[in-house]
Amino acid sequence: MEFLQPVLDGFGVVLEPTNLLYCLLGVTIGMLIGVLPGLGPAATIAILLPLTYGVEPVTAIIMLAGIFYGAQYGGTITSVLLRLPGEASAVVTVFDGYQLAKQGKAGTALGIAAIGSFVGGTVAIIGLTFLAPLVAGFALDFGPPEYAALALLGILLVATISNGPKVKALIAAAVGLLLATVGRDAFTGAERFTFGNLSLADGIDFVPVAMGLFGVGEILYNLEERHRAVKAPTTVKNVWPSRQDLKTSAPAIGRGSVLGFFLGILPGGGATIASLAGYAVEKKVAKDPSRFGKGAVEGVAGPETANNAAATSSFIPLLTLGIPANATMAIIFGALLIQGVTPGPELITAHPDLFWGVVNSRYIGNLLLLIMAIPLIGVFVRILRVRAAILAPITALITLLGAYTIRNSMFDVLLVVVFGAVGYLKKKIGFEPGPLVLAFVLGALLESSLRRSLLVLDGNLLGMMGRPISATLVILFVAVAVFPLIKSFLDRRTQHAVVDEALRSGPRPGAASGTPSDTHTKENA
Amino acid sequence: MPIPAREHQDGPVETADAPEPVDAQTPEELVAQWEAEAPPQAGPVANLAASLVVLAIGIGGIVLSVGLGVGTASSPGPGTWPLAVSVLVTVLALAQAVIGRHGGQGGEKFTRYSWITLIGFLTLVAMVVLIPLVGFEIPALALCIVWMRFLGGEGWRSTIVYSLLIVAAFYAIFIAALGTSIPHLI
Repeated sequence: MEFLQPVLDGFGVVLEPTNLLYCLLGVTIGMLIGVLPGLGPAATIAILLPLTYGVEPVTAIIMLAGIFYGAQYGGTITSVLLRLPGEASAVVTVFDGYQLAKQGKAGTALGIAAIGSFVGGTVAIIGLTFLAPLVAGFALDFGPPEYAALALLGILLVATISNGPKVKALIAAAVGLLLATVGRDAFTGAERFTFGNLSLADGIDFVPVAMGLFGVGEILYNLEERHRAVKAPTTVKNVWPSRQDLKTSAPAIGRGSVLGFFLGILPGGGATIASLAGYAVEKKVAKDPSRFGKGAVEGVAGPETANNAAATSSFIPLLTLGIPANATMAIIFGALLIQGVTPGPELITAHPDLFWGVVNSRYIGNLLLLIMAIPLIGVFVRILRVRAAILAPITALITLLGAYTIRNSMFDVLLVVVFGAVGYLKKKIGFEPGPLVLAFVLGALLESSLRRSLLVLDGNLLGMMGRPISATLVILFVAVAVFPLIKSFLDRRTQHAVVDEALRSGPRPGAASGTPSDTHTKENA
Repeated sequence: MPIPAREHQDGPVETADAPEPVDAQTPEELVAQWEAEAPPQAGPVANLAASLVVLAIGIGGIVLSVGLGVGTASSPGPGTWPLAVSVLVTVLALAQAVIGRHGGQGGEKFTRYSWITLIGFLTLVAMVVLIPLVGFEIPALALCIVWMRFLGGEGWRSTIVYSLLIVAAFYAIFIAALGTSIPHLI
């Protein structure tokens, strides 16, 4: 059990009063911003990045863990109370969570979600504690070709698993790679795409890009969308779930934890898939599946547990391989880089204090979330009642002034505003910002690995197939690239079948809108 | 605490009050309802325009990369990787132009509400320009007033009260408490 010593030392770091305080601050502020309609976890973390400047790296990372958990839970709150999921991984929570809220049991839904998130997160951290050193040890042998293949695979997975049209997601990723090349070339020192601008010589900084695309982009988008009135939530009572609710949810929480942990390790929207799978599993094992969608507590417990477990286990690829698995992880990756922490296989041996500080901060963040979430629900409900017209300028000012404080640079603020416009336009035109940010973050690593590979392999990239790990990764890459083509072919065939069947059976009674056939067509499109 | 009735018009443009949506009973209906409520999808023109912008980025990237020096496979130059990426961007842009030629490939139509966003964006730009000249207080106040009164349809009284409170709070946090070097008047 010798390896547990650094783990325990990590706890010592995390439990220092300053660190606890910052974690508490992070959770609270993360929830406060995350609960604002339209701002999901990625946007929240991006907006709050400046907060983590100017503090010790470990403290900053601990605060970031708090912000991360707080922001995630903030999304759950809006799912349950406003029927507005903060991000894709909270969509299924709406189905039963909102029904529970309508039955006056919003407190139960939020309480169960908090408890489920806590359990799922904790199970996943324990898994991470044991699995991460193994993965990191394995990855220590990786050379440039392996890293190049891994980064390519990571970007491709995130682009193809996203919700939008695949080609547009790929375009976003490619543009992200191109943006990453701006600045001085690390190998030759040549200036690329700087147009003689000194501020661009060091490359485009990650933080303004993330704050612009996710923060200002969302704020601008919400300006336009907020005329779609959101119903004011009712007051929330009975925050503590009853004994019966807990009993019903316990198995769901157990299943969600395990399911979420494993799905989260996979790159590309782990938490979203985990929450969908969590919901599907609960519906399948339920004695009376018809309760689902009408306020079944398990329908909240399962997916909420699973998405939190997945969000935690998706730290494994980030911390051990240095490859972020989704957009939120990409932002955390950027935040770690700013703190001088380069996630990767060496992190665990070179900086055990930092590594275990990062991991253990997740226990604390999770615990503080549970402690803070339930008593503060009343406060969040009150925030949700504040009119969007008043909240919007506040978030805009936080973002702009925050961006300035990073380096005392108006150029950074300008970048944030410019990337805000880009983010808004991308969203309008149907390009996901996630793949762009991920590719932007990985761009430098990918380029340098590829160039080193070319040197190692004498200019012949096919040599990657001669190394077992990179060969496997390349084969996976090709499989992922080809799979959507096959799938869309199969879909087109099943879609015809579905439409035919729907036309024969006629419109379903009680459908909310549209004929069944056009619903199916949209879903498959 | 009773919820105060909404006393303000929801946007600067007069909107017919949308009928209260019927609450969906099943997840499938909810998804269908979301789709029905979603803004109309962008059409072929938007797709073509977007593809052309991307294409321009790709071609521009190719031209500039070649200028940087492409090198060879065994000794890559500074332009090698940007060239590869730019070619990828170009190919994908052409593919998107073809795939989305009938529209409906994600994205939303611009609506009359998109003007709100444009004005919002311009106020942000104005703020970036003005802060170094006159400090952050007046631009921030102006931004609050524009966003609340003109973009958000708040009443004058609440606009002024909240704007002053917000700017005072930001001053207290960023200048008085944190001592940041954001340019300020006072």
